[in-house]
Amino acid sequence: MKILVAVKRVVDYAVKVRVKPDRTGVETANVKMSMNPFCEIAVEEALRLREAGAAAEVVAATIGPAQSADTLRTALAMGADRAVHVLHDPDPARPLLPLVVAKILRAVALQEKPGLVILGKQAIDDDCNQTGQMLAGLLQWPQGTFASKVLLDKEKQKATVEREVDGGIETICLKLPAVITTDLRLNQPRYATLPNIMKAKSKVIKKVTPEDLNVDIRSDMEVTEVNEQPKRKAGVILSSVDELLDKLKNEARVL
Amino acid sequence: MPHTQHEFANRTANSCRRFHWIPSVQHSPCRPRINVETYEGQYSANKASEVQKRTFGSAATQIQRNPAYSELTSDDVSYFKSILGDNGVIQDEDRITVANVDWMGKYRGASQLLLLPKSSVEVSKILSYCNTRRLAVVPQGGNTGLVGGSVPVYDEVIVSLAGMNKIISFDNVNGILTCEAGCVLENLSTFVENEGCIMPLDLGAKGSCHIGGNISTNAGGLRFIRYGSLHGNVLGLEAVLADGTILDMLTTLRKDNTGYDLKHLFIGSEGSLGVVTKISVLTPAKLPSTNVAFLSCNDYTSCQKLLLAARRNLGEILSAFEFMDNNCIDLAMRHLEGVQNPLPASQTKFYVLIETTGSDESYDKTKLEAFLLRSMEDGLVTDGVIAQDISQASNFWRIREGISEASVKVGAVHKYDLSIPVEKLYDIVEEMRSRLGGKAEVLGYGHLGDGNLHLNILSSKYDNNILAQIEPFVYEWTSAQRGSISAEHGLGLMKAEKIHFSKSPEAVQLMGSIKKLLDPNLILNPYKVLPQSVL
Repeated sequence: MKILVAVKRVVDYAVKVRVKPDRTGVETANVKMSMNPFCEIAVEEALRLREAGAAAEVVAATIGPAQSADTLRTALAMGADRAVHVLHDPDPARPLLPLVVAKILRAVALQEKPGLVILGKQAIDDDCNQTGQMLAGLLQWPQGTFASKVLLDKEKQKATVEREVDGGIETICLKLPAVITTDLRLNQPRYATLPNIMKAKSKVIKKVTPEDLNVDIRSDMEVTEVNEQPKRKAGVILSSVDELLDKLKNEARVL
Repeated sequence: MPHTQHEFANRTANSCRRFHWIPSVQHSPCRPRINVETYEGQYSANKASEVQKRTFGSAATQIQRNPAYSELTSDDVSYFKSILGDNGVIQDEDRITVANVDWMGKYRGASQLLLLPKSSVEVSKILSYCNTRRLAVVPQGGNTGLVGGSVPVYDEVIVSLAGMNKIISFDNVNGILTCEAGCVLENLSTFVENEGCIMPLDLGAKGSCHIGGNISTNAGGLRFIRYGSLHGNVLGLEAVLADGTILDMLTTLRKDNTGYDLKHLFIGSEGSLGVVTKISVLTPAKLPSTNVAFLSCNDYTSCQKLLLAARRNLGEILSAFEFMDNNCIDLAMRHLEGVQNPLPASQTKFYVLIETTGSDESYDKTKLEAFLLRSMEDGLVTDGVIAQDISQASNFWRIREGISEASVKVGAVHKYDLSIPVEKLYDIVEEMRSRLGGKAEVLGYGHLGDGNLHLNILSSKYDNNILAQIEPFVYEWTSAQRGSISAEHGLGLMKAEKIHFSKSPEAVQLMGSIKKLLDPNLILNPYKVLPQSVL
């Protein structure tokens, strides 16, 4: 069985994000870009399933410009077998939205025919948390989102997924093929070791375009302006309860 | 002049020690440990003339309080209140107790007064008064020093620079930062990084240490291999002498060959020649691409060869080369929260952390990968990982920077900071292991790129028997290799009588003369740095 993992290149989670002075989007030039942390968890889970014998091959896929190949190389260096790079140059005014991404991934999935598609639950740049769900809908496959544990039964072709939901942990059983999105507690991603980095150099990255996949990426939504949140004002340290009462009454006007 | 003027109110470092990492992990503030069993001898603040006996530091030291120093009176306190205001004079027991103990909990003073001046003029008034009254003074920054140089020995008045934490200006064309001495290093880093520059030094204590303290100890740190010493990066400073004279050498010029370059006297003299109040420092440009690799090596020879190869092949992008032995990794895994072992499968004895910093991400990464793969083929490296994002890189650094912190958690740490020729660097670690047997854990780690070993000997509590096995053997051994008994930590109290292991008698004599010239009443940070015999 093949596992398809979709990964996204985003601004590194530890970087302090800034809005561009022309307010068309977030500053990405000269900023460290890395694999989305949830996507790292997805790759790790796929690798563990392969190592456990539940799958034979892990294929990483991404949609993005030429530099996104770095993200694929990270996935390959972690241990993925092959990669698919859907080339697309981003336009800040018309970013790729989850529905389009899901359509593209659907096309890739129909070509690759995996038994399982694993994605991160959301990307840390847009925090949409929609792609996995939409992909499952388009493919008409069952979905297990916010997975904190995945158990694969190869013979019965079933996946048991523990999901983190508001009320606690929900356990569901999915018939394969299925879509799973990963949550934080699913696993601790491995580091890219030197031997694996070396092996990754000879692994194949197939390049395709959305046109090759017959997907229309025209977006119905346009981003007109991006602004920073208003700066949080500093707190004031007060010296007595009287002062507090005075401020609450006369400045904040809540008393 | 392309100056951006800021009057920045910096966050003052909490008087309790904090170390910040990305992602932020807050450590609970260290309360001074009251080790009743190890602290012998009675003392009271009022009977400060009694002998203070310590069961740590040099076994032979039993420094007596110099009777030439006056004792603090209430008139003195009133005077200080009149010049500093009530907020600038601290007699609160809790705060003074914290200021009396060093970061490792090894040295404890008996000061009754903590002063918080807010300007150089206030510092000048304090020192001028103390000089006339012959009151001994300890200048204190972040109190993260590791040789007992930042806390009183007896009842010296503590002059803390924590209240002088403003950034004065930043020239972002030339990358020159001018600020007050009480600025916390991490805050300065954050500030200059916003402007596209970085501080030329970085150390594990950055969340608490003050730049004034860094300069007074000529701190080295993790970036030394790339940006060099503070002697090269500090462009100017303002210091207050013992008699209150404000010596303004706060220039922002890169080149100025007019007369003797006095600022170098204050860089590294550990507060014994003057109190540094303002500094101007060169900040290198922040380069966008950083790569960190964590590697395992079979033996120390491989580490050395790797260093040589790194210098040649990584060259201009090499920005850090640190090594540690497997005891350090084990310790870090046991005592630090939130760290992951990057090479769990490795059973090797040595680990190396290499960082590169450059302007082109993919070029640097390709260069580093090629270098490491070749090193693996040559057998210098048995395994390694390269960080794929900033979190992973921080995790690697956390391990290296956290060794000191983890050591303190074991109980008693005997720290030695030695400069030794690279070929012989690890020999002392093995020697100490055989000398101590199983009585104490011996860790060896440090800035291999600078030839600087940090030797940590850990036991559950401070014990004179263990100390006797370590000193003076470590110093004699280092001296025999013509090394330095204090590569970057300074002499402080711990090594005040040890300077002869690394400096000639003539040099030490001259240092004594300079000290007596600048501080005839010897009020600045007494009992430390220089041996009593030359004063």
